[in-house]
Amino acid sequence: MESNLAVSEKAVLAESAPTLVIRPATGWTAPELKEVWAYRELLYFLTWRDIKVRYKQTALGAAWAVIQPFFMMLVFSLFFGRLAGVPSDKIPYPVFVFCALLPWQLFAQALAESSNSLVANERLITKVYFPRLVVPIAAVLGGLVDFAIAFVVLLGMMAYYRIVPGLAVIYLPLFVLLAVMTALGVGLWLSALNVQYRDVRYTLTFLTQFWMFLTPVAYPSSIVPEKWRALYGLNPMAGVVEGFRWALLGKTEAPGPLLAVSVVAVVLILVGGLFYFRRMEETFADIV
Amino acid sequence: MSKIAIRCEGVGKKYRLGQRERYKALRDTLTDMASAPFRLARSLFRRSAKQKDEGAGILWALKDVSFEVERGEVVGIIGRNGAGKSTLLKILSRITKPTAGVVEIHGRVGSLLEVGTGFHPELTGRENIYLNGSILGMKKAEIDRKFDEIVAFAEVEEFIDTPVKRYSSGMYVRLAFAVAAHLEPEILVIDEVLAVGDAAFQKKCLGKMGDVAKEGRTVLFVSHNMQAVQSLCRRAILIESGRVAATGSAKAVVSRYLASISEMSSEMIWTEASAPGNNEIKLTSLSVHTENSTGGVYSSSEDLSVEMEFIARMRHSALCIGFDVVNSEGVVVARSYQTDLPPDSWPEVQLGSNKWRCTIPRGLLNAGLYYVCPKIGLHNMYWIVNLDTTIRFEVILDHGVSPFWGALNSSSRPGVIAPIFNWVA
Repeated sequence: MESNLAVSEKAVLAESAPTLVIRPATGWTAPELKEVWAYRELLYFLTWRDIKVRYKQTALGAAWAVIQPFFMMLVFSLFFGRLAGVPSDKIPYPVFVFCALLPWQLFAQALAESSNSLVANERLITKVYFPRLVVPIAAVLGGLVDFAIAFVVLLGMMAYYRIVPGLAVIYLPLFVLLAVMTALGVGLWLSALNVQYRDVRYTLTFLTQFWMFLTPVAYPSSIVPEKWRALYGLNPMAGVVEGFRWALLGKTEAPGPLLAVSVVAVVLILVGGLFYFRRMEETFADIV
Repeated sequence: MSKIAIRCEGVGKKYRLGQRERYKALRDTLTDMASAPFRLARSLFRRSAKQKDEGAGILWALKDVSFEVERGEVVGIIGRNGAGKSTLLKILSRITKPTAGVVEIHGRVGSLLEVGTGFHPELTGRENIYLNGSILGMKKAEIDRKFDEIVAFAEVEEFIDTPVKRYSSGMYVRLAFAVAAHLEPEILVIDEVLAVGDAAFQKKCLGKMGDVAKEGRTVLFVSHNMQAVQSLCRRAILIESGRVAATGSAKAVVSRYLASISEMSSEMIWTEASAPGNNEIKLTSLSVHTENSTGGVYSSSEDLSVEMEFIARMRHSALCIGFDVVNSEGVVVARSYQTDLPPDSWPEVQLGSNKWRCTIPRGLLNAGLYYVCPKIGLHNMYWIVNLDTTIRFEVILDHGVSPFWGALNSSSRPGVIAPIFNWVA
């Protein structure tokens, strides 16, 4: 029978190049986005699974996508808007805050799901090969459905307060994209960290709360002194939230420098996240 | 087209001990941080492959593994638990990267390390076929085409739009296997997936495996079932402590393997850290003894006790705890689970440690060497512990009650077992 001695001889016989060569990991390498594209059907099915499963066996179903931001809006309107008298850039406070809660919820949910995604899909990761990036991306995309549902409520509220968005509304998808990219960028870091350090799970709640207070959800960014405002954009969600208000409610000024800083910050977080994720992904199956 | 399907050269995989621990807990991290903040910061960016300290704490799960598999060959991979078989499969199916060496693969690889990976209980059979199929690497169009065939193979036509959590465990496994069986890669890498399900289903799976082999596809097959390896594979590779110990005809390699496992004791105790199992169930000891003696050599006229100690952190209605008894030819003489008994007499699983004893009655086993392979699993779902030959004992035949019994050949009687049947006229 064949023995190992014949290895080199057989290699000569092999005419065609191998379909796949597996080698040890070699430090920092570029993220394999092409590979993710090749697995786009899996990305689609995983996203679809997350959406399908999310509200199974709940009494209220998809209404949950509305209930959460709606009640937060009520509480915020009562305490911050009415009792504390937080300014709202001349926009009725409920719309003002709801318009910010939507992208915030999208972000917070997408971040939570993606950070936990690798650990939640442990069985897949230890049993099947596919580009690991698919998992956090699918988790982030799943949040868009909830966002779309809650968005309908916002449209209703805008109609109630007779607010008609201006032309700027065409930029709205860009702000949605920015929110998703922020969630994905941070999610990539946290999900990869979470594989090794389950502390992420405990940190996340705290981080999200903390981050929300640093984001102009309950208050306008105009209360931040002018000269610090661009710096405020280092929190990309500040750019997203102000962008949403500008695009939809049209009463505030375009968030120029703040937004520019936010975009740069997101790109840095995302690219860094992609590289970090790529570096760590080879060990996921060993340590998850 | 080249004749080679898989070529491994000098493949090695190194683990840092402790890396395979489930995960680091908050308190570990805090103590880490307190003792060495810089080490934590560094470890965030460090991968095991870059470890410099070669000394203690390093385990080579595979070392210098080289072999070739030709196109259309069906090759069995055998070896004891922890020998590195699963690690090898994980490298070949790209789940984990090797630390050293190169693997060349010619052709599309499909790997089945488990059936039903990614099945979601809330989704229907139809939805799970698409989900599982795409996870295994099938295109949607391909699943569309094979959909009816898959459903027919699984025999679940009426329930295809029912959530799989309402399926019986048998249906669940059939559906899971049906999807897997319709995966059509050029190279198929399989890890003991046939070991789930009842005997009839296992037979069906083995048949399907045989078909796959006949179609000329390349199959790499890890198994503890020596009979299956010998009947399906022409060639086998024996892995011992991470190295290739033998390659050659399946028959020769299997007998070499069986010879190599004969230096085992009749008792095995694991520390909690090394105990096989998962977070919920851990097997901590396995032993065979009789009422009066330990030591591994027992008379067939005494009842044998197989004692299993395990730690349970959950209870599950489908939890099966048991073992296979395998003889020195690799034949499974018997399998036993606590769930073989009527449900009201199953011993109850206590949270914490459990010590169960199973009695193999006297006057049953023939003379010879026997091995016990502990098996713990959720019925028809997955294995929690699925070990190969773990402990060994020897039986000396002396339960004969007749002057003729064993008179000619005192060591053993013909037959796999040696019970005394009743005769009347």
